[in-house]
Amino acid sequence: MTTQQAPAIQVQGLEKSYKDLRVLRGVDFDVARGSIFALLGSNGAGKTTAVKILSTLLKADAGTARVNGFDVATQAAGVRESISLTGQFAAVDEILSGRENLVLVARLRHLRNPGRIADDLLARFSLTDAAARKVGTYSGGMRRRLDIAMSLIGNPPVIFLDEPTTGLDPQARIEVWQAVKELAVQGTTVLLTTQYLDEAEHLADRIAILHEGRIIVNGTLTELKQLLPPAKVEYVEKQPTLEDVFLTLVGTDGKNGDARRTPQVSTDQ
Amino acid sequence: MAKHFLGDTVVLLGRSLRHITRSPDTIITTAVMPIAMMLMFVYVFGGAIRTGSDSYVNYMLPGILLITVASGIAYTAFRLFTDMKGGIFERFQSMPIARSSVLWAHVLTSLVANLISLVVVVLVALLMGFRSAAGAPAWLAVAGILILFTLALTWIAVIPGLSAKTMEGASAFSYPLIFLPFLSSAFVPTDTMPGPVRAFAEHQPVTSIVNAIRDLFTEQPVGTDIWTALAWCVGILIVAFAFAMRTYRRKIS
Repeated sequence: MTTQQAPAIQVQGLEKSYKDLRVLRGVDFDVARGSIFALLGSNGAGKTTAVKILSTLLKADAGTARVNGFDVATQAAGVRESISLTGQFAAVDEILSGRENLVLVARLRHLRNPGRIADDLLARFSLTDAAARKVGTYSGGMRRRLDIAMSLIGNPPVIFLDEPTTGLDPQARIEVWQAVKELAVQGTTVLLTTQYLDEAEHLADRIAILHEGRIIVNGTLTELKQLLPPAKVEYVEKQPTLEDVFLTLVGTDGKNGDARRTPQVSTDQ
Repeated sequence: MAKHFLGDTVVLLGRSLRHITRSPDTIITTAVMPIAMMLMFVYVFGGAIRTGSDSYVNYMLPGILLITVASGIAYTAFRLFTDMKGGIFERFQSMPIARSSVLWAHVLTSLVANLISLVVVVLVALLMGFRSAAGAPAWLAVAGILILFTLALTWIAVIPGLSAKTMEGASAFSYPLIFLPFLSSAFVPTDTMPGPVRAFAEHQPVTSIVNAIRDLFTEQPVGTDIWTALAWCVGILIVAFAFAMRTYRRKIS
């Protein structure tokens, strides 16, 4: 197969309706290998539906989609070998410990040494201290980090993140962004959906805006910016945003013994 | 993916069994209600009930065992519902595993959990004076009937577990099943019941299952009851399985 050259994800004319509601009305886009692609849209735009079709959880009414060279309709098993899905709600087992969650996924992916894989990921996502604790006691950010760690097991070439930071506090959001950036560095293709514009701006190589079931624009951030009239130069006093203030006051280290390399911000005047 | 079916089912079974050992209250609450009923019927109503049997505990234990299973499967639906709601079900379905093993792991967990509850209830009955001279083959036959009954009800429980919108909806289906033994020969002989009630009681599945288990415990010839009981169990099992699989396929497509 010539999958190496082809885009990691190819979507053409994808349509999906729930009864009378036409959620996707012909969606087309490609995602290049090793890039981060953001599908941006408001609630109900069809982002989750698109992700579910690409991860073989839903069948499209029309159109084709290939993931890692496999057709989602006819080669679902191949698609599932190639992907990992992190859904809108952290798909973790609350009753098991963090380590047990990782071991479970490693065993379901039929990998050797599930214990070692789990320990490596716990270290990578700063969860070693919480490894033996029930996930039910984790904070939102820790849960999401575990969720993403579970998605990395088996090094799938394509990862879907459906609204990975919805409902997270600003610190947890930054932790997740960090994790996503590290993924792309390692050559994983990431398709991410989000309703936060700054998230797409921070993370994505390309951004597509999904609106009323269609992709209305698709390009890099620079290309998207060029769609508007050129910037005027204005002098504006730079005020810190509330987010800046919040992050400065509470520190961005997180309180779970994280050894992240976040720069310490000084609170001195 | 079929080659992984057994391995994946075992891994997922280990996961749900761990859920049970982490929250043994599900086993205890399953066993508590039937035990409370047993105490009430034996020590409160029992003296006034004429069953023609020398010991009322011996008479009503089979019905209590069926109630135990009927209340236990509410947790089967509950566990499945929790997986569906939490998103972990979707994670499993998007992984390269034998997809149906997710369902089978829940079914086997239900079987294990209910068997533990049944053992607890039988132990309490022994303390209350339940005695049976039945030998190993009869006990095995009783176990076989109860396993079939549990599997049949478990597949019924899978349907609301997969399709319910709320937690209450996922477990409410078990109430009529718990009530069914009262309209049977489980607690009183059917011949004192008025016509229509008696007709219903004598032709509903619980009566034949209760009678078969009772005959096995008392070393009576089981007669045709055991075949009627097995036919009911297998029949319910097949129909429930077909509907559950249809619900499941609709969920994953």
